Amino acid sequence: MAATHAAEHVQVKRIFLYVWGYLLALTVAEVFLAYQQLNLKTMLMILMALSIVKASLIISYFMHLRYERQSLILTLMPALLFVLGMMFAVFPDSLRLLELGAR
Amino acid sequence: MASHEALGNMQEAITQESAWSGGGSPYAIGSKKLGMWLFILSDAITFGALLIAYSFVRVGSPLWPRPFAMASILNATVMTFVLLSSSVSMVLAVRAAKLGERGQTVKWILATMLGGVAFDVLHIREWLGLIGEGVRLFQNPWGTPLFGATFFGLTGLHMTHVTVGVIYLGVIAFGTSRSKFTSEDVEVSGLYWHFVDLVWMFIFPLVYLMSAKFA
Repeated sequence: MAATHAAEHVQVKRIFLYVWGYLLALTVAEVFLAYQQLNLKTMLMILMALSIVKASLIISYFMHLRYERQSLILTLMPALLFVLGMMFAVFPDSLRLLELGAR
Repeated sequence: MASHEALGNMQEAITQESAWSGGGSPYAIGSKKLGMWLFILSDAITFGALLIAYSFVRVGSPLWPRPFAMASILNATVMTFVLLSSSVSMVLAVRAAKLGERGQTVKWILATMLGGVAFDVLHIREWLGLIGEGVRLFQNPWGTPLFGATFFGLTGLHMTHVTVGVIYLGVIAFGTSRSKFTSEDVEVSGLYWHFVDLVWMFIFPLVYLMSAKFA
């Protein structure tokens, strides 16, 4: 079974613990930030950015994508980022509504 | 006009081993794994659409309620912790499967399932609490009617994914104990589980932290 695939890559346990630690630290940071009562736009951008970092860690290490063939990474990630990026295009409209305030 | 030599080169190029010339896997992974990755891609786009649509109305609505007191935020943080830990146990299950340790594999899969069940229990407790306070799909006592629809829709779809994942993992654990499944099968189920965790990484801050109550 293993012969038909690329050499099985058995990761050292330690790296999982590090990634888990980073994910927990980022979660705590997010909760802390939430209670700083920053304005909504700033909150949204920071939380989106931190969540993308967490997602990248999970995809790269837990889902092992970092160690897969480049062709697989290029088939999956650009498509996903493109579609999500296109959807992000609606945010200026939402932020405009935010600036307009209660209406 | 191809010369005799050029034709020979072309023939050589065609018969040369290429990752894309058929008969193998260009991505060097099995078809089950590729299939799961493609499914995850499509599901990620679905959740992305829902999350971005939710964020749009959240940011653009002046009367969005902030109903999550410290206890709720703490509950959601514990749920995040549980899901993250279940991802680690899943990764250890996959590792054990690759090393051929059947007993350990089943043990770690069961631990992952336990995490999923714990998540579901905490989540349903929270849902019942909110419903008890009067939150319905299109009305709630605090603000914009859309709060219920977006909250229950997003978290409900996610919870469904978690529950399906627990069942899926149960099947894999059972089959692994009977030596019916390979390490690839365990790995594929792991991919699904990590995806479910990944979606929560977005739901937690955007739904809970953006609507935290500031006393």
